[in-house]
Amino acid sequence: LQTQQQINQLAEHLFRTEYGKIVSTLVRIFGTGQLSVAEDIVQDTMVLALKQWSFGPLPPNPSAWLYVVAKNKAIDYLRREKNSKKITSDIAYLLASEYTLSTTVNTIFTEEGIRDSQLRMMFALCHPSLSVDAQITLILKTLCGFGNDEIAKALITNTENINKRLYRAKEKLRESKELPQVPIGNALIERVDAVQKSIYLLFNEGYHSSSTVDKLIRHDLCLEAMRLCLFLIEYEPTNLPQVNALLALMCFNTSRFNARESADGEIILYPNQNRELWDKALIKRGDYYLNMASVGNQVTAYHIEAAIASYYCHSPSFNQTDWPAILQLYTVLARLNPSPIVTLNMAIAMAYGGDVAKAIDIVLAIPQLKKNHLYQATLGDLYALLGNNEKACQYYKNALLITNNIEEKKLFEKKIINLN
Amino acid sequence: MKEFMLLFRGGDFRENNLSPEHLQAHMQHWKTWMEEMGKNGHAPTGSPLEAEGKLIKGTNAVVSDGPFTEGKEIIGGYLLIKANDLEQATQLSKGCPVLEMEDGIVEVRAIQIMNM
Repeated sequence: LQTQQQINQLAEHLFRTEYGKIVSTLVRIFGTGQLSVAEDIVQDTMVLALKQWSFGPLPPNPSAWLYVVAKNKAIDYLRREKNSKKITSDIAYLLASEYTLSTTVNTIFTEEGIRDSQLRMMFALCHPSLSVDAQITLILKTLCGFGNDEIAKALITNTENINKRLYRAKEKLRESKELPQVPIGNALIERVDAVQKSIYLLFNEGYHSSSTVDKLIRHDLCLEAMRLCLFLIEYEPTNLPQVNALLALMCFNTSRFNARESADGEIILYPNQNRELWDKALIKRGDYYLNMASVGNQVTAYHIEAAIASYYCHSPSFNQTDWPAILQLYTVLARLNPSPIVTLNMAIAMAYGGDVAKAIDIVLAIPQLKKNHLYQATLGDLYALLGNNEKACQYYKNALLITNNIEEKKLFEKKIINLN
Repeated sequence: MKEFMLLFRGGDFRENNLSPEHLQAHMQHWKTWMEEMGKNGHAPTGSPLEAEGKLIKGTNAVVSDGPFTEGKEIIGGYLLIKANDLEQATQLSKGCPVLEMEDGIVEVRAIQIMNM
């Protein structure tokens, strides 16, 4: 017999992986106005699973068990609501007749139907008509099975805000009535671009958010972003080079996740990271996907960012980092995807490559970032490299004034002490 | 478009002892047929009917149990569809899976418009 703890763990794991699949499938069947109903059905199914599995042997295939139960609950709901006009999907009329109800639901609750539903949901949630905040919140809720309080913690806000955001996003989603079909051809590639952007934002939310957020949650966000990206790669029409490049980039960055902060949460920058803590297996995965990304003739920003991350991961020590190669990649990136942050990073690579004075000129020419603490801290680093401790100190002090993050404050204070 | 009622007699999958596999294929045909009509704007609605029922007769509303007549003459189900005319409704009915069985009958009737 399973212990209660084992069952809870299994259910929690299953919940995360199966939640998005079942919710997507139910919304594909019901229509987009019934997202909350779909969520309730999955919730009820999980509660039932916990109850039953605690008192008897586990079913041989717990996922399949969840599908069957959720499917039956869906059919009950459809029978109850068949005359209510709540069902707004394109197949509503097939669900209203007993001649076709079960067959239709069964057809969608197949491996292929579930995958198609998940893709439809992904494309619907990553639609540019939804704000970025709404997209990420909905993705975490609907595709990743996060609870509202978990989302609030991950996005550094309160649960009430998340509830409101979800409510508004669901209203917006309702307008389309049904989950639109996955596009084909050029339209597909365009929409994959939007999906990739959302996945990348989700990843950055986990990777770059302040260390005040629980480390496990941040790590989970990164893994969820990678899982969604992998899902696109496993489906042939969306297995595009740029999608592989994005996954490579995320593998490389995540490989350094544990080396970026000390046990008590202090930030450790790239030059001082313990390379033994880098996840070699993930770096290998990154190499594999970067290789898969190198087909075709299109070079995207994801390709360049992945290549840069690859140089970081493969340099045997900080001093042996190939700065000229990285600088060249940043130059290409600045052309493909011009942004002040890219210019800032380019200047850093240039400075480590030896041309500190020119790097400072470049950074000083990005006034948009003046209120950004990383901008001020970078100038501090550059003047320190140049040996101008007085100016370096001034910029670190600027950075110190801007940030509210305790770990970052500690970092800048330490830098100031090291200078004197 | 006009509205038509299709009444199905015989061809009952419950009485024809179909194997589970055969039954599944048969129901798949229902889905294909209905889906095709739905896509072409014929908006099919309706369901199969249980064999059991009651008959209520005359001014005294005398109630009696079914089965009412011979098995194959029991109405086993119905659909409402939209079609241009009786001709088209008849043509559509030819695809009905009830006709996969020897004793299957589809009766096509236009809904009468009552202007009073």
